[in-house]
Amino acid sequence: MFHWLEKHPFFFAVAVFLTIAFAGLIEILPNFAQASQPVVGTKPYTTLELAGRHVYIKNSCNACHSQLVRPFKSETDRYGHYSLSGEYAYDRPFLWGSKRTGPDLMRVGNYRTTDWHENHMKDPAAVVPGSIMPAYRWMFKNTADIDTAYAEQVTVNKVFAVPYNAEIPMADGTKATVALAATLDEAKAAALEEAKVIAADMKDQDVKDAVAAGQVPEIVALIAYLNSLK
Amino acid sequence: MENRPLEYDYTVAKWFMLTTVVLGIVGMLVGVILAWQMAFPGVNLMAGEGLAEYTNFSRLRPLHTDSVIFGFTLSGIWATWYYVGQRVLKVSMAESKFLMVLAKLHFFIYLLVVVAVVGTLLLGISTGKEYADFEWPIDIAVVVVWVIWGMSIFGLIGIRREKSLYISIWYYIATFLGIAMLYLFNNMEIPTYFASGGIGNWYHSVSMYSGTNDALVQWWYGHNAVAFGFTVPIVAMIYYFLPKESGQAVYSYKLSLLAFWGLMFVYLWAGGHHLIYSTVPDWMQTMGSVFSVVLILPSWGSAINMLLTMKGEWQQVASSPLIKFMILASTFYMFSTLEGPIQAIKSVNALAHFTDWIVGHVHDGTLGWVAFMIMAALFHMAPRVFKREIYSKSLMNTQFWVQTLGVVLYFTSMWIAGITQGMMWRAHDEFGNLAYSFIDTVTVLHPYYTIRAVGGTLYLVGMFLFAYNMYKTMTSSRRVEESELQNASPMGA
Repeated sequence: MFHWLEKHPFFFAVAVFLTIAFAGLIEILPNFAQASQPVVGTKPYTTLELAGRHVYIKNSCNACHSQLVRPFKSETDRYGHYSLSGEYAYDRPFLWGSKRTGPDLMRVGNYRTTDWHENHMKDPAAVVPGSIMPAYRWMFKNTADIDTAYAEQVTVNKVFAVPYNAEIPMADGTKATVALAATLDEAKAAALEEAKVIAADMKDQDVKDAVAAGQVPEIVALIAYLNSLK
Repeated sequence: MENRPLEYDYTVAKWFMLTTVVLGIVGMLVGVILAWQMAFPGVNLMAGEGLAEYTNFSRLRPLHTDSVIFGFTLSGIWATWYYVGQRVLKVSMAESKFLMVLAKLHFFIYLLVVVAVVGTLLLGISTGKEYADFEWPIDIAVVVVWVIWGMSIFGLIGIRREKSLYISIWYYIATFLGIAMLYLFNNMEIPTYFASGGIGNWYHSVSMYSGTNDALVQWWYGHNAVAFGFTVPIVAMIYYFLPKESGQAVYSYKLSLLAFWGLMFVYLWAGGHHLIYSTVPDWMQTMGSVFSVVLILPSWGSAINMLLTMKGEWQQVASSPLIKFMILASTFYMFSTLEGPIQAIKSVNALAHFTDWIVGHVHDGTLGWVAFMIMAALFHMAPRVFKREIYSKSLMNTQFWVQTLGVVLYFTSMWIAGITQGMMWRAHDEFGNLAYSFIDTVTVLHPYYTIRAVGGTLYLVGMFLFAYNMYKTMTSSRRVEESELQNASPMGA
C-alpha cells in the first residue's frame, strides 16, 4: 500500500491529510459548545475595559503574565480561586499566556488599586524593588482607541450574541447589566464617564488634563481593564 | 542533447538562501536583545525614552518568535524545497515557465508579508495569539503565499520523471498540508470594521472562538506549528542532505515509513500538553500527556535512522564539519523529543509549566536541531548552487563549536532557572504559608538570565561567522567543476 501511495501523489496527500485531521476532530469538536458557557457572575467587557484589553494585547502583556490560576494550593494561596472555564466565555482571544515572567493577573483586580498600577506602570522597580518589568510611560501619553473597542462590542453582540443590555445573574443573587451604546458617540461619552472615575484616583496631571479635555489615555483604559479582572 | 545531465535552475533557491541568512540574523539579534533585557532591564531603554515603545521587551518579543519561525525557518524550508524538489523529482524548474513565474511570485509576495509583519508587530498591531499574531489582511497574504507554494509542489510533482516520491517529498507535502489546515482554522476571525458597519480600525479583528475554546484551537495550532514547521520539514532536509553529503544510503526504508506515518498520526494529539491543569477537560489533558510520550517512537525512529545511516562511516563526523552539524542536529532532535514528553507528564508539567524550563526546551530544539540542520543544508547547497567551494572549513569548525557552546549554556541555565522558579512558587513554610513572594522568584534568576544571554550572544556570533562564510563562498571562493560535487562538499582551508 505504501509503495502504491508513493507513486500516486494525490492519494498520498489525501492519506496524509486524513491522518493528521483525525486527532483535531476528536479532541476539539465534542466539547466546543459546552466550553463556551459563562459561569454566574461573568460579565462582558465595557467599552473602556475592552479598549484597555486592546492596550494589554498591543504591548504583549500576555508574553510575561498568565491569566490562568491552576488548581494547586500554592496558586490559590497566591492568586485566589482557581480558574473556571466559563469565566473566559467573553475572552476573544483568550489571554492565558504561556510564561510567568511576572505574576498571574487573572484576579489582579481583587488586590491591586488604580493608584498602585499608576505608580507601577511608570516605574515598576520603584514599587517592586528588583522588578525586571520595563516601564510603560508612553501609555500616559498615547490615546486609547475607543472606536475600535466599540466596533468589537457591536461585532460580538451581533455575531456571537454576547449579552449586552441584558440581565446577567451575579454570584450574590442580584442582576447586573452591561450597556452597549446605540451609537459611537454615546459609547465614547460612556467610556469618558468611566475614565473620569479612574482618573480621579490618579496623580499624573497630564492624564487628568487629557481626561478633562475629553481624551482617554491608554493607561486609563488599561487600568480599567486590570481592575475588572476579578 | 539526450545524454546531457539535467541543468537545475536554482534562482529562487538562491533568493531564499539569502533571506534565510538575513532573517536568521535579524530574528536571533532581537532574541539576544530580549535576553539581555531580562538580565538587565535598562536595555529596554537602549534607544532612549522617546523610542522606548519600540525597543521595549513587549514589542520585540513577538518580532523575535515570528522572525525566527516565519522568517529564518520558512525561508530555509523553501530554499531547500527549491533545491531538493528538482533533484529528487528529476525535473528542472527551467522546464516550466509557469512554475518559474509561480516560484518568483512566491518569493516576492513573501517579502511583502515579511515587511508588513515587521512593521505591524513593532506598532503593536496584533491579534494577541502566540505565533498567530498577524491581523486578517496579513493572514490573507499568508494564505496566498501558501497556496502558491502548494501549486509549486504539486506542479513540480506533476511533471516529474522519477515516479516514486522520495522520503523528503513526503515530509514537504505533509508540511504544506499540516500548516494549511492549522493556520486556516486557528486564524478564523471577524473583521470588526465590516461587521460593525465601518467603525474603528479597518484591520482589527476578533477571534471566532472564545476563552477555553480559543485556547484549545490555539494550542492545537501552536504545538503543531512546531510539528509541521520545526520537525516535519527539517526531517525532510536531513533525509536528503545527510545521505548526500556522507555518500551513505538511508539505513532503513521500513523505519522511515514507520516514523513518517507514526509522526503524522500521533503529533496532532499532543497539543493538549500545553493546557495541562487549565480549564480544558481533564481527559484531553491526559490524552495530550499520553500521546506526547508515544511521540518519542516516531521522533526517535527518524533520528536513529539518520544516525545509523552513518554506520561504518563515523570518521566523517571527525573530518567534516558539515557532517558534524547534521549529526549534532539529529542528536539534539533526540534530546529535545525526550525532554518534551517528560515535560508533558502531568506531575512534571505542574512544576515546569510557565517557567523558563519550557523556554530552554524550545531553544535546544530550535537552536540545536532546526537551525543547525538548516545551516548544514545551506552549506551543502552553496557549492552546488554557486559552483564554488565552501570558503573556509576552519571557519565552519569554529562556528560549530561557538554555537554548540552557546546552546549548551542556553539550555542548562534555563533548566536550572525553570526548576528553581517552579520549586520556589510552590514552597511553603512550617505554618503552611507561601515561603516566597513572587519577586523573590524573579531576582533569584538573574545569574541564569545572564548566562543565557551570553549563550545566545555566542550563537549569534556563530550566525555572523556563517553569514561571512556564505558571502565569501558566493563571491570569491575557488570555482569548482561538476565532477567535484559528488558527495562530500568541497571546502577551502
